[in-house]
Amino acid sequence: MNSQHSDTFEPRITAFVCNWCTYTGADLAGTSRLHMASNVRIIRLPCTGRIDPLFIVKAFERGADGVIVSGCHPADCHYTSGNYHARRRFAVFHDIMQFLGVDPRRMTFSWVSASEGAKWKDVVNETVANIRELGPYEAYRALAPDAVEPWPEAVDGLTPAGDQEPAAKEVAS
Amino acid sequence: MSRIGVFVCHCGENIGRTVDCAAVAEALKDHPGVAHSEDYKYMCSDPGQALVKKAIEEHNLTGVVVAACSPHMHEKTFRRACDQAGLNKFMCEMANIREHCSWIHEDREDATAKAIDIGRTIIEKVKHNRPLEVIKIPVTKRAMVIGGGIAGIQAALDIADGGHEVVLVEKEASIGGHMSQLSETFPTLDCSQCILTPRMVEAYQHPNIKLHTWSEIEKVDGYIGNFEVTVRKKARSVDLDLCNGCGDCWAVCPSKRIPSEFDAGLSNRTAIYVPFPQAVPNQPVLDRENCTLFKGRAKGLKKDACGKCKDACLKNAIDYDTEDEFVVEEVGAIVVATGYKLYDVGREQPEGLKGYGEYGYGEDPDIIDGLQFERIASASGPTGGEILRPSDGKEPKTVVFVHCVGSRDIDKGMAYCSKICCMYNAKHAMLYKHKVHDGRAVAFYMDIRANGKGYDEFSRRAIEEDHAEYVRGRVSRIFRDGDKLKVWGFDTLNDEQVIIDADMVVLATAIRPNDGVKELAQKLSCSVDVDGFINEAHPKLRPVETNTAGVFLAGACQAPRDIPDAVAMASATGAKVLSLFSTDELEREPAVAVVDERTCIGCMRCALVCPYGAIEQREICTVDGQVCGHTAYVNPGVCQGCGTCQAVCLSNSIDLQTFTDEQVYSEINALCMWE
Repeated sequence: MNSQHSDTFEPRITAFVCNWCTYTGADLAGTSRLHMASNVRIIRLPCTGRIDPLFIVKAFERGADGVIVSGCHPADCHYTSGNYHARRRFAVFHDIMQFLGVDPRRMTFSWVSASEGAKWKDVVNETVANIRELGPYEAYRALAPDAVEPWPEAVDGLTPAGDQEPAAKEVAS
Repeated sequence: MSRIGVFVCHCGENIGRTVDCAAVAEALKDHPGVAHSEDYKYMCSDPGQALVKKAIEEHNLTGVVVAACSPHMHEKTFRRACDQAGLNKFMCEMANIREHCSWIHEDREDATAKAIDIGRTIIEKVKHNRPLEVIKIPVTKRAMVIGGGIAGIQAALDIADGGHEVVLVEKEASIGGHMSQLSETFPTLDCSQCILTPRMVEAYQHPNIKLHTWSEIEKVDGYIGNFEVTVRKKARSVDLDLCNGCGDCWAVCPSKRIPSEFDAGLSNRTAIYVPFPQAVPNQPVLDRENCTLFKGRAKGLKKDACGKCKDACLKNAIDYDTEDEFVVEEVGAIVVATGYKLYDVGREQPEGLKGYGEYGYGEDPDIIDGLQFERIASASGPTGGEILRPSDGKEPKTVVFVHCVGSRDIDKGMAYCSKICCMYNAKHAMLYKHKVHDGRAVAFYMDIRANGKGYDEFSRRAIEEDHAEYVRGRVSRIFRDGDKLKVWGFDTLNDEQVIIDADMVVLATAIRPNDGVKELAQKLSCSVDVDGFINEAHPKLRPVETNTAGVFLAGACQAPRDIPDAVAMASATGAKVLSLFSTDELEREPAVAVVDERTCIGCMRCALVCPYGAIEQREICTVDGQVCGHTAYVNPGVCQGCGTCQAVCLSNSIDLQTFTDEQVYSEINALCMWE
């Protein structure tokens, strides 16, 4: 969808970032008008501790060519220790990802603080360049050809929780 | 079926220049579940908000997506507008197409496509938002101020005068901070101590202020309105209730050659000492590192090597066996006022700094920094206010002042301007000329930054009335040549080298955040900037707040500040704290985890990872009261909403409101629906 006017491969990258450090750092990059590649789509979460590794699997299933996970530096977590849990979780998860058939080179983990707008720009640009070199992630999508469904039906968000099993959880479980 | 309204903001030109806002609104109009979509020049303006309110009514919207700036900027604004229009405010979300799109891209087509993607993502999220109620939490109407310099004292007094109790924590033995070391203050040449000491005493005697000196912050738990701060009261070895400050102890102390911190190393003190005569509290502290008795104990001597001060004390106030004490203070708000230190520009540098070896600071006694000059010029200083150079006590006839040593120097120092040096150098030159009439004051400067009330007039006075010689240029080297210090500099206005034979050199070294600020910031969950100063929540609109609700900043812990700035900030934090304390209950976002008791298996992994201890085990009982199982329960008053519990839940039974699994997976689904 990026650069529809160009024929070159434009990677599709999903970034899971925490609200306090990296999201704010990305805001700072914006306020400082630091220009960067437009291939990254950010999903804001309260903390990297909130990131379920299955989010990443889901993103790849849905057609992402690369994923960025970024949060507060060790010891700087807004919630004291969420990023430590995330770090341990991803250390373990890294191996499982390979077992699942995900190429670890397509995942970037970084720490970007609220004052590191320039670092965020570098993370974005470097990841885009890396993924561009690796090419489209067709191998993974070929593994799960049915995963990409048509546009999901709009679910009525007003029904009480639990009354309907969300489609997302089925895929995740 | 959701009926979502999409509102695309141009933000004047800020978004509109790179994103085709009308095209975004048009594209999102056809997105499933969208009932209304429009764009407008300034959505946050009154007419813009009116559009949102009108659309909620007209289209009976169940959710609102505002595609504009960061949620950190205007989420509150639009949620309030929704609330006023009768829509639950948590059904409104921001799609950030400014900071994360228009400001960082140039290609209009790319940026527009990305803005549509971002909009779709948030629309999908809002479909799964649920109406929530704010959580109300009680407020402990008691504040803590960390740091007892002028900023901390001012903040404490303002809050205390507002009728609330304040705990003032100071790591040194006395409050007063750097201001107590200064001789006169610019631009009025007011005597620093004369204006400060009454404030110190007022704080000490104020019925609402509780003072912990010689104390540091050990741990901070809790959240806005309900902090629990553990204060480490370092072992003072002197009982403050018994001690009357008579001075008998330090008169007999045999360790007399310890450099005085108060005099910036220009005089000596004893091991048991009062930092300065006007100290508050005016009671001594025993410096265990330099005490003969404690040095003996450290070596393992069986018998105490000294004990003179204890013998001399008629009040029996000295106890060598006291240990650090921990006091837990419950407070509702915290003001950080930890101040600054000077860049020690000597050859030896910790922290990877380069220092200024070529200036000889720390190697030649007549090359001093600004605070040392303050002490020399001060009536309470080692020379009694006479300008005498440290090496031989002679009156220096030529003094060179070097601006910007470490400031505005990316290669060897800090990139920032330390703000106060231009003014204090002008003051120093003036004070010197007032005391040494036949003396010569030469100042090497880069630019003169005198941007405060009466500041430019003041620095002009130094040049025009007191005849300080200002040379525009840098100094390359300072070295000893017999009785003189050779100062090699360059005059860039006359394009010539300048060599001055000086008797004393004063370096205006850079202002840096105080030691331990980074660790303190971590304890408070605040972040620091690249230079180590604590980050404010917003540089323009929330300069004294931090991203941790209930924690405020006063003075030089946030950036280099002069006294009026620090005092203004302190009073601003006072106003913030008093407004926080004006209500009995605080409203907090319901971003808390909720357990589905029907599926929870009671494994309690969530409780293991919870940083706040917010999760407890609950028993499930049968109809006849027998316990048949356990589930987790999240205390919404304690939960801060990090969501770490959710990521470890084995049975998918815990969900973080406002960031539920449904919401996040919908976002991922939408994001990756690339065409």
